[in-house]
Amino acid sequence: MMSTTVVEVENLSFRYDKRLKENILSNISMTVDQGEWLAVIGPNGSGKSTLAQLLVGLIEADSGKIRIKNTVMDDTSKWKVRRHIGIVFQNPENQFIGTTVQDDVAFSLENLNMPYDEMKFRVDQALDLVGMSSLRHHDPSQLSGGQKQRVAIAGILALKPSILVLDEALVMLDPKSRRELLTVLQNLKRKENISILSITHDMNEAALADRIILLESGKVKNCGTSEQLFVAEPDLEPPFPELLRRELLKRNRNIPNEYMTEEEMVNWLCKSRLTV
Amino acid sequence: MNKLILGRYFPGDSWIHRLDPRAKLVAAIYFIFVLFLANNWQTYVFLWLFTTAVILLSNISIRTYLRGVRPLIWLILFTVFLQVLFTAGGEIYVDLGPITISKFGLINGFYIFCRFIMIIFISTVVTLTTKPIDLTDGMNALLRPLRKLKVPVDELSLMLSISLRFIPNLLDETQKVMDAQRARGTEFGEGSLVKQMKTLVPIFLPLFVSSLNRAEDMANVMEVRGYQSDVKRSTFRQLSWQQKDTISLLVMAMLTVALLVLRSNGFGH
Ligand SMILES: Nc1ncnc2c1ncn2[C@@H]1O[C@H](COP(=O)(O)OP(=O)(O)O)[C@@H](O)[C@H]1O
Ligand SMILES: [Mg+2]
Repeated sequence: MMSTTVVEVENLSFRYDKRLKENILSNISMTVDQGEWLAVIGPNGSGKSTLAQLLVGLIEADSGKIRIKNTVMDDTSKWKVRRHIGIVFQNPENQFIGTTVQDDVAFSLENLNMPYDEMKFRVDQALDLVGMSSLRHHDPSQLSGGQKQRVAIAGILALKPSILVLDEALVMLDPKSRRELLTVLQNLKRKENISILSITHDMNEAALADRIILLESGKVKNCGTSEQLFVAEPDLEPPFPELLRRELLKRNRNIPNEYMTEEEMVNWLCKSRLTV
Repeated sequence: MNKLILGRYFPGDSWIHRLDPRAKLVAAIYFIFVLFLANNWQTYVFLWLFTTAVILLSNISIRTYLRGVRPLIWLILFTVFLQVLFTAGGEIYVDLGPITISKFGLINGFYIFCRFIMIIFISTVVTLTTKPIDLTDGMNALLRPLRKLKVPVDELSLMLSISLRFIPNLLDETQKVMDAQRARGTEFGEGSLVKQMKTLVPIFLPLFVSSLNRAEDMANVMEVRGYQSDVKRSTFRQLSWQQKDTISLLVMAMLTVALLVLRSNGFGH
């Protein structure tokens, strides 16, 4: 199957203070395919949020190119590009613009001067995708953080985008909401073929991705599947199954000496007869 | 904070609740003007009957309305008092040179008192029965002609609606910061005025900072979701004018006619 590239980043460099020589991001190149889930990890201050802001055109690169669905992002094209790429930020509280759930979802459609009937249709559809239809008349004070993030996602989905960027969007949520939201995202990827670029600190969340990019001091330090990455980067705190595997290895269990996904680990545990 | 009635919304499903905000706004503003037609006891009795009927229709207890008057009562009484002192005519009860308390003065003062109370009641009916966001939409619709004069009506109402949306957050945050300060031993509402003012600084500073952060986040969100202030936008929240809205304006017209018939013509009473 041919996969199409929806995000193409080429030699991107950026610094906030133009007087300084030091770049915040230097020479970043990467791609995201249609329907791909890409996790971006890296220590605090490594430039993850800066990259996200560049991708949605909130700030402009000093050099290099961003191409979203074959349109080069610049100051004039960014308004069009934003129909294809949307972003959810960390704090659910500050992203709710409307007075009710459905008003908020409609906000991006109103900005396109869309006729009412089409807006209504798209709002219904988007709310359905994130499972918030029944709460459409609620106001933000009646919603949990997780529900607010879902509304924020619906607001982007209403535009029928190709790419969804999440900048630590799950950080402020409780574990249950986090799991629910991850399920919503997995469904979006599977059913709507939406690409997801998720910035995260949670390695278990990163392990769900098709590919992971590791940023360090504004450079791409490594990139690959979770298997490749966690083996190649021993300093990285690995996801739970890998932690468990390394621990078992230390205790001389005959566990295969290669990376295992959660599913593989569960299967192995069920088959093996562990004695304590 | 909880006592403030003016500007509060009481959820409900009364006939008045269901009126279009534009109809309510127009009717309430019109009412203030039509009040000036009243000039004798018949007209005032009639207006009181009307006001009471509206209050009953709103299905909110009269006590709530009375609480709405409370913060303004001294201002009203003061104005009425001046009116009593400086209106002459009719039988004189107290005479202190230019200042007299006369029969006309008392009657006039009473009329003015009624006018104030009725204005407050009727405007409270509007705010109690209409969601702030609907009021904003109503005002936006009514002020739309001003767009021709380059007044940024849509921007202003979006600003207003976003502010309304954040008032509960701001109150919440204030509470949190106050609790945090209390935990550090600050006592609010105690000591001299200067001391009390000083306890407010550590509250407003964090609130100010968090509001700025929030404003920045919001601006980013609005931009990424495609908001441009100089571009035409459609509106998802629709107002729909219905038969009952027309009826409510007809009632206002009938009220006018009734007042014109009942009021005494010519000068003097
Ligand atoms: N608005 C800004 N102005 C100046 N410097 C900034 C700004 N935002 C972030 N930085 C700096 O850029 C670097 C990268 O920040 P950021 O992209 O937020 O990292 P991350 O999201 O990976 O934690 C940090 O050193 C940070 O101090
Ligand atoms: Mg960040």
